[in-house]
Amino acid sequence: MFENAFTSEAWETAVKVFLSEFPLAIWETVYVTVLSTFFAILIGLPLGVLLVAGDKNGVLPLPSWILKTLGVIINLLRSVPFLILMVLVFPITRTIVGTVVGTPATIVPLVIAAFPFIARLTESSLRDVDPNIIEAAQSMGASPLQIITKVMIPESIPSLLSNATIAITTVLGYSAMSGIIGGGGLGKIALNYGYYRYKYLIMIFAVILLILLVQLFQTCGTKLAIRSDKRLKNKLE
Amino acid sequence: MIEIKNLSKTYKTADGAVEALKNVDISIPDGDIFGIIGMSGAGKSTLVRCINMLERPTEGTVVIDGTDMVQLDGKALREARRKITMIFQGFNLLMQRTVLKNVCFPMELAGIRGREAVKRATELLEVVGLADKANVYPAQLSGGQQQRVAIARALATSPEVLLCDEATSALDPTTTRSILDLLSEINGKLGITIIVITHQMSVVESVCRHVAILENGTVVEQGEVGEVFSNPKTEAARKLVFPEGDTDPVIARDSEEVFIRVVFNGAKATATPLIAQLAIDKGIAANISYASTRSIGDGSYGSMLLGITGGPENVQTAIDYLQQMPGVIAREVPVNV
Repeated sequence: MFENAFTSEAWETAVKVFLSEFPLAIWETVYVTVLSTFFAILIGLPLGVLLVAGDKNGVLPLPSWILKTLGVIINLLRSVPFLILMVLVFPITRTIVGTVVGTPATIVPLVIAAFPFIARLTESSLRDVDPNIIEAAQSMGASPLQIITKVMIPESIPSLLSNATIAITTVLGYSAMSGIIGGGGLGKIALNYGYYRYKYLIMIFAVILLILLVQLFQTCGTKLAIRSDKRLKNKLE
Repeated sequence: MIEIKNLSKTYKTADGAVEALKNVDISIPDGDIFGIIGMSGAGKSTLVRCINMLERPTEGTVVIDGTDMVQLDGKALREARRKITMIFQGFNLLMQRTVLKNVCFPMELAGIRGREAVKRATELLEVVGLADKANVYPAQLSGGQQQRVAIARALATSPEVLLCDEATSALDPTTTRSILDLLSEINGKLGITIIVITHQMSVVESVCRHVAILENGTVVEQGEVGEVFSNPKTEAARKLVFPEGDTDPVIARDSEEVFIRVVFNGAKATATPLIAQLAIDKGIAANISYASTRSIGDGSYGSMLLGITGGPENVQTAIDYLQQMPGVIAREVPVNV
């Protein structure tokens, strides 16, 4: 399959494409990933909070049918393969963006795919908050909303940050798939040149850049999470 | 004045109902340091949580200065809780906030912010002796220091009652001592009623004025510390006062000694060196094989096992001599105890 991939001719085309198309593709990948993750957090974080706070032992118990419905919706969305989800949400995409192809149009399915995932990650972060600390806040007369905003979320910031990192790298992976519906970015280049036109070298370039981007996001996210954690400071200073 | 009346708490578990508290009646005068002592599982933590409604009692009332806490809900309860604060075994500080911000936290909840809150927090940190640690994080502090921060935090809303749930159980003896001193000092200076939940006799002995002994969810004895501990009427109380129990250790001995068991039941023994006096007055040298006594108030409690040599007359003389002391009981015990 790769026998003609590394000829000098192939190298020449690859470098040409790399210089002309990759800068834009990298930019498209980054902005779609960051924007999609941002919107997904906007929806997923409150839902995750609801899942924990609304629990029957939580700080703001909700009727169990609300939580069950929420849980089912989240699980449903998480079980649809992203490739299918992109097509299924065409009507929603059209309503919001006006079109179903192109780079901005890929943000909608990415957000829909990522927010349930983020809701679950948020849930797991918040469940890790020491229940004794929550009890202490209750003993001081904190309202449920105060416990959420002043105890649960601030106390789990390091864990939320590392989970946000997991989310952004996952969205990055999904965004590469959106080349299928005409979304721009490294995924599209890999597909167009590698899969449709057998220019494997270009595909490899695109994949290497995707790997580098994941590394970058992961490294920054981990650093940020560690730096934000005041529990680890005692040995460092 | 805190009046707990007929308080019961039943938990429903998969294996049926568990009665954590049964008809508890306790009254605590204002400004008191009141101990609630019991073995683990006695229901102490549940009881203290029923005072500020972290746990809802199944039955009964908790009246604090005329307000029945059981009737309170929502906002009214949250406001009442600012006057009944709590410290915990695990300190429960916010780990992502500095010490100063931790002390500001309850004020922040009450809507007091900015300079006013910082000023009060700084004053309180001075009270607990941690003014220099204002800007460090709890993880950088020792357990004792964290508990001091927790105390400062509990005082931030000028409470009338401070609940201490095993507040010294995670600390070493020296640190325990200093935290207890701090609590006494706060009680003396600010007149705050302090309720101390503990399983340690020493804690109650050193700071409390009154005590209630809790066993299996019921109060088996309560009253002034000196009275309750000097004359423990129930098995539970005796177990706490004499944790070693009534069984003496097995002692290797030679055949000549005869053993006398001496029980101190509130004797003013600290004033007289009893055993030395026995030797001087009667010329009988007693060999102390076992002793477990403690001072409560100005009396001694506990027991001793004395080995006496020199035949039955000596033994009888020693018993007679010891018996004439008030609060001392002495009798011969079989050799192979």
